Amino acid sequence: MYAYDEIDRTLVNERVAEFRDQVRRRLSGELTEDEFKMLRLQNGVYLQLHAYMFRVAIPYGTLSSKQLRRLAHVARRYDRGYGHFTTRQNIQFNWIKLAELPDALADLAEVGIHSMQTSGNNTRNVTSDQWAGVAPGEVEDPRIWSEILRQYTTLHPEFSFLPRKFKFAITASAHDRAAIKIHDIGLRLHKNDQGETGFEVQVGGGLGRTPFIGKTIKPFVHGRDLLSYVEAIMRVYNQYGRRDNIYKARIKILVHELGVEKFAQEVEEEWQQTRDGALKLDEEVVEDIRSRFFYPAYEKLPHMPDELRKAAQDPKFEAWRTNSVFPHKAQGYAIVTVSLKPVGGPPGDATADQMDALADLADRYSFGEIRVGHEQNLALPHVARRDLPELWKALDKLGLATPNVNLISDIIACPGLDYCSLANARSIPIAQELTRRFANHETANLIGRLHINISGCINACGHHHVGHIGILGVEKNGEEVYQITIGGRADEQAELGTLIGPAVKFDEVADVIEDVVEAYLALRSRPDELFVDTVKRLGVEPFRERVYATR
Amino acid sequence: MPLVKGRKITDDLYPHVADGAELPAEGNVLVSAAHFLENPEALFARQGKVGVIWPNNRDVDDLVPYLERLAVVALVFPTFRDGRAYSQARLLRERYLYRGELRATGQVLRDQFVFMLRAGFDAFEVTKESDAEAFAQTVQRYSVFYQPTGDGRITALHRRMQLRHSESAGL
Repeated sequence: MYAYDEIDRTLVNERVAEFRDQVRRRLSGELTEDEFKMLRLQNGVYLQLHAYMFRVAIPYGTLSSKQLRRLAHVARRYDRGYGHFTTRQNIQFNWIKLAELPDALADLAEVGIHSMQTSGNNTRNVTSDQWAGVAPGEVEDPRIWSEILRQYTTLHPEFSFLPRKFKFAITASAHDRAAIKIHDIGLRLHKNDQGETGFEVQVGGGLGRTPFIGKTIKPFVHGRDLLSYVEAIMRVYNQYGRRDNIYKARIKILVHELGVEKFAQEVEEEWQQTRDGALKLDEEVVEDIRSRFFYPAYEKLPHMPDELRKAAQDPKFEAWRTNSVFPHKAQGYAIVTVSLKPVGGPPGDATADQMDALADLADRYSFGEIRVGHEQNLALPHVARRDLPELWKALDKLGLATPNVNLISDIIACPGLDYCSLANARSIPIAQELTRRFANHETANLIGRLHINISGCINACGHHHVGHIGILGVEKNGEEVYQITIGGRADEQAELGTLIGPAVKFDEVADVIEDVVEAYLALRSRPDELFVDTVKRLGVEPFRERVYATR
Repeated sequence: MPLVKGRKITDDLYPHVADGAELPAEGNVLVSAAHFLENPEALFARQGKVGVIWPNNRDVDDLVPYLERLAVVALVFPTFRDGRAYSQARLLRERYLYRGELRATGQVLRDQFVFMLRAGFDAFEVTKESDAEAFAQTVQRYSVFYQPTGDGRITALHRRMQLRHSESAGL
């Protein structure tokens, strides 16, 4: 956990006071809606179909139990008793009243949470691996650098009015859980031959209307130069990014239009002018940030305690353990993913009661810490393996032990037309229907790892391009229809999915997905060949035939 | 449109001369970039100081040969949502060490004052009278700054270092 000091607290409080003044001026008519819109967006406030939506940042996906309880309080006091975790380590509340927003922000500020820049054309929440600091084999905890970037990008005087939104993600593991290749800047932490920390810098990834996988513009930027190099990228983008067309304004388009070599060269020239300036990070400054992250004092515990051995006789426990429990860097401990994907439920939603109860469980079993992942699940990052059976029972009572992590019903979905004013089609009911179709745990297990991602419009908040199966809702002649892609992935081998054929109607989506899955089961070379690998080996054609032969 | 300088509303000493209009015989003038670049030497030869309005889609590098003789550079915010002039301002102040008046013009609203000050602006053609009147109060909104810029305000990172050093020195 990162602990705010007086300086961080002061800034957040000053921001709350500023926003309170802005809301007051809007309500009195001093500010026009046009003027207010950008100000509210920069505080995470959207106007949606039914009400204002409020998006709160969970930087690099790390929460304390105290913070999670405060999110529960906001859900209960200012909203309708639940919140929605997003693909970018944010939580959204859907029914907030504008006049009450400053109070909600002030309540959050007391526990060091804010909504700064969770929307608007500025740098968004800096995201990272939800297993940061606990994953075995990790090079170094990427949250130190995420926090340095969070501070650097917060209220930046030069980059608060960029051509378009701008997203960072960082990973420090060989397996990328932060989807860095679909971010404006993706940073892969690694060490050079001298053992010094630095970053491979990828630029211009992103989904939306024109999806791109990020391209490497520098294989190693030393940690001390991270901020000056990032500033050079942002400065090139701020000056030359397109502002004439909202759909061409992201940095990916600039990188594409200039060509990656030319873009890299522009950045290099700018960086050479500033690299020895005030942004250079000395070791002492990095150490100071590092020193304010708390790490638990782990006990020496056995890998296979009696409690676990005994519980292994219960098939329901085993089903959950196999899919939800992951190796930890400390012996005797585990990382537990908490599924927010119950059968028939909207993906990523949690009630205030669930949040409060999970905060209690985090205190009892996970040193008071909770993580949020881009797959819209939560995690308890420091669970002693001997406590797993008890934790499972408690989670199960709360409806948080669905044994489907990484399986077909662990679906990523945006809010879609049920809430969002940009959406063309519904996402949540599609996800709900699919979880019902694949509710049988034996079947889901037989299918194995398979990610379905659903977006209700081309803006791709549900990351459909990089789902093993991607579902994109569009509107055609006043009707919701859905395009299906297969073969996408968001990890270190990121790839965009390929369309399998013409769009299908709302009522047909689940049938089509079942056909795709049946085709996979028939086509896979062995039971452990994953869906995405079968698609890679065979291409989309055999899937297309299967789905459209009878349609 | 009120001009704020030195944190208060003041008279604008640089009348804007439209393109094609006749220059006054003497006295300060503020002209467009196109007008200025037509014949900078003729403008500098006049009696009176020269200011230029520089568009946000033109590199400020082109201004560098003239910076020492320019009294005002006015950078443009066509709407407050277009942030290119922030980069231009920092380049002029921090890279090219421009010391004359750096003026924000266009849609200049209260909620951007702090950003503008930090980027190096010291004069503001404020769109609304009420915002101009609230200038001094508004720029005190923040006391903590995470980024180093040319305005010299101490950053949070360095303030922490100072605090740490003074603690360890027992002060």
